[in-house]
Amino acid sequence: MRTLDTKKIEEAVYRLALKAGTTLTDDCVFALGKAERKESSLPCKFALETVLKNREIAEEKLMPVCQDTGLAVVLLEIGQDVFLTGKPLDEAVNEGVKRAYKDGYFRKSVCDPLTRDNTGDNTPAVIHTEIVSGDEVKLTFMPKGFGSENMSRLYMLTPAKGVEGIINAVVETVKLAGSRPCPPVYVGVGIGGSFDTCAFLSKKALTREVGSANPRADIAAIEAECLKRINALGIGAQGFKGDVTALGVSCEVAPTHIAGLPVAVNIQCHCIRVGKVVL
Amino acid sequence: MKKLTLPLSGADVALLKAGDAVSLSGVVFTARDCAHKRIVELLDKGEKLPFDLLGATIYYAGPCPAKPNEAVGSCGPTTSARMESFAPKLLDSGLRSVIGKGEMCDEVKKALVRNKAVYFAAVGGAGALYGSRINKCECVAFPELLSEAVYRLEITDFPVIVATDANGNSVFE
Repeated sequence: MRTLDTKKIEEAVYRLALKAGTTLTDDCVFALGKAERKESSLPCKFALETVLKNREIAEEKLMPVCQDTGLAVVLLEIGQDVFLTGKPLDEAVNEGVKRAYKDGYFRKSVCDPLTRDNTGDNTPAVIHTEIVSGDEVKLTFMPKGFGSENMSRLYMLTPAKGVEGIINAVVETVKLAGSRPCPPVYVGVGIGGSFDTCAFLSKKALTREVGSANPRADIAAIEAECLKRINALGIGAQGFKGDVTALGVSCEVAPTHIAGLPVAVNIQCHCIRVGKVVL
Repeated sequence: MKKLTLPLSGADVALLKAGDAVSLSGVVFTARDCAHKRIVELLDKGEKLPFDLLGATIYYAGPCPAKPNEAVGSCGPTTSARMESFAPKLLDSGLRSVIGKGEMCDEVKKALVRNKAVYFAAVGGAGALYGSRINKCECVAFPELLSEAVYRLEITDFPVIVATDANGNSVFE
């Protein structure tokens, strides 16, 4: 048994949130550079050049890369041999978010769904906890913008639809989203599980590095085929009609019921901001 | 890149073609979902608006807060499609250009054509670049909406693409 004060989690959330808001991940920058070199459409090239220039300004001036500093999504894999002490976990996470969004001069984008009253401090965060083996806590912080979140979809396919049905669902989601989610997008796909876990898997898929492949060969093949077909749509950066519509597709799978084939497609814009730490 | 000063003249608009890259300087007003709802309510009631729409430019944006000694924080465009139900009414009331990101529906395109107005697409996700090109920012209405309030911005060299021109041609088609 290892004891961990949740104050350490709060501090980690604070640091990761501050950094994530102002920095793109290395794999994102690499993928954007590759897209810019490959792109043949002039307006799309203009958009990609602007995005790469923006990232330099953001890092230099410590400004948020995008003004949509997102809903704070926090994934915690907690080893079952860890004993958490101090303030309750959700309070610690939310305190870290609150402080980071204040000190970073980030936009507060959380509101009541009906009255639309802003909570004023970007809390509550969306917190996912999983209990795993071991005595460590793996913390992932992802500020999730909503231009892209709004374009996400969930399908409850019949098993007969199979692999082709999964690919069609992914490509259809990106096609329907068109220019709206700030392409080139990163596509997170959940396959299997139940209605709720499938959506969670699609979010988790977005925490993987862009360009990484699922270790299961059949799943990696679906990722590659989806990416090929999405880029054949010709939507292009910002929807200006071009060669690169997606930077990558990541799929995560879980066993499901014999009667179903849930597929969740979570869209991430080209501003991929993810921070990770092991405590 | 062609340089233009806002507010645009009718002659400026007439020369713009979908797909052109343009650098914009001058005055714009921000408005997003909540502010649009309120502006349209004021128009419907025949009440005075917080700023003059005639010839004006609306920027679909909600900035990050300013750091000390800065005008504003990051301030890129938000998705224009969410303002589709409001845009025709505002264009018919004198608005000459809008700046946002992503395609807008046919009703907006028709309103742009009949009012000889233009829709510019800024690059979504480039908030730091746009924010650093805003020299002045003042809240002119609905301060309780925080980032969703209406701000009057003075901008310099905003890189944009002509998304839909006054003849209805679109970069998205």
